[in-house]
Amino acid sequence: MKDLFAVVMLLGIYSLLSASFFVAMDAVDVAFTEAAVGAGISTLLMLVVITMTGRSEKTTRHKPWLALLVVVFTGGVLIYGTFDMPYFGIADAPIHSHVAPRYINESMKEIGIPNIVTSVLASYRAFDTFGEVVVIFTAGIGVMALLSVGRRPEEDEKTTAINDSMHEEYLVIRIVTKMLIPFILLYALYVQFHGDFGPGGGFQAGVIFAAAIILYTMLFGLTTARKVINQSFIQFIAAAGVLLYGCVGIVSMLNGANFFDYNVLASDPVAGQHLGILLIEWGVGCTVASVMIMIFFNFAGRREMQQNNEKVNNIEGDSL
Amino acid sequence: MDIIINISGALFLLIGSFLCISGGVGLLRFPDFYTRMHAVGVTDTLGAGMILIGLMFYSPDFLTFSKLVIILLLTLLIGPTTSHVLAKAAMHNNLMPKLQQEDNIKETSSSNY
Amino acid sequence: MFIAATLAIFVAMILAIIRGIVGPTLYDRILAVNMFGTKTVLLISLLGFVMGRPEFLDIAIVYALINFISVIGVLRYSDTNKLKHTPSNEKPLDKEY
Repeated sequence: MKDLFAVVMLLGIYSLLSASFFVAMDAVDVAFTEAAVGAGISTLLMLVVITMTGRSEKTTRHKPWLALLVVVFTGGVLIYGTFDMPYFGIADAPIHSHVAPRYINESMKEIGIPNIVTSVLASYRAFDTFGEVVVIFTAGIGVMALLSVGRRPEEDEKTTAINDSMHEEYLVIRIVTKMLIPFILLYALYVQFHGDFGPGGGFQAGVIFAAAIILYTMLFGLTTARKVINQSFIQFIAAAGVLLYGCVGIVSMLNGANFFDYNVLASDPVAGQHLGILLIEWGVGCTVASVMIMIFFNFAGRREMQQNNEKVNNIEGDSL
Repeated sequence: MDIIINISGALFLLIGSFLCISGGVGLLRFPDFYTRMHAVGVTDTLGAGMILIGLMFYSPDFLTFSKLVIILLLTLLIGPTTSHVLAKAAMHNNLMPKLQQEDNIKETSSSNY
Repeated sequence: MFIAATLAIFVAMILAIIRGIVGPTLYDRILAVNMFGTKTVLLISLLGFVMGRPEFLDIAIVYALINFISVIGVLRYSDTNKLKHTPSNEKPLDKEY
């Protein structure tokens, strides 16, 4: 299929479908993340890229038979490997015999929150999650280093004019969006704070929060959105989230326990766990939301610059 | 009382399922984009609403009920808006309905003679 | 009862996928994705009731919101010139119905 737009659309459908798998397999938190990241943000980012690079795939000279052979062979070997795995849901599978019983039996006593996924993610495996947050932060820095556009203030008015002319026709959708955005932001906060009791947490909440801002940016233009949310402020928040996460670990070290051992944060171990999980979920949420907004701003800014250049070129070509 | 709730919930689910399938068939079978969008836009909102109302009859507690109401309100708000914007964008980009196109051809050809 | 409704949604989803793959114009594909999204919302709500876990409704709310955002994004960015250059296997827009 050479039409990249159709590929992006089918990828969106696939993402929706795979989240349905996750729901059917009872992995609610993963389905949540897939819903927010896979179906929402990544589809949008790929679309922005397509609008910059063009819609149809480059025609290649060589036939892809060798690559196909390698893929089929690897896939066949992997499928052959799965025959040795224990049956689905069998009781004495290795995954059910090492740490899982401890998480299931003890986490309510040790951590004191009903959602085991959150207690594994934020307390037992806090160091891994710290790594994930740093990876997201690094991705944000990378995108900024590659794509950020030096802003020339004299062009701002022109861009605003272009944006306004583009959006005059979308009256209905602007009104509906204005009604929806507060609800989306509120829902993101609900996901953030309800992560202890149900599906959700910092990652999902950050992405939903960023999705609301991205919706605003798409409809009201990048310049308006940059007036609402300052780019340097966003960069500061992205770093502050990681810093907050790391500081929780260091404070627990200063209190004489291990890195990310929240038991010492309050007088009661369970209360300490609660405080620690709340703080690091805040750190994760802040970092994820601001990195997503930052990535989208940079992509859209690059696209806007390209459009401006094309417009200027067209005007010059007409005058010649 | 219980049996009334069960039967009416089942009835709503049945109507909703029928509408969803007919919307899908319409999406596949109708001749041009605008008729397809008509099929999807009408049945999507109504079918989703019917299924959600049907689920409300079975909801075990108030929290589930209120979440279903939230989803219903979102569907009622979002579905028609998306259809409207989609049709407007298609029209804006010179995607003509099939019938009108043929009429235009007839008119222009008849005016030529 | 729930299972029958779930199967009906499955059928509608398959029809939407076929239209998404076949779809002659760009807007047919967007329409198919939109319909698939609303059907996913319903499917997840129904699965929550089938499996007796009503907290799945949280995910259904996220889906409804994300579906709206992505369709708006697709429409917003499909308005640019680059996307109107349709590839050769697809007929150009102003002649296609």
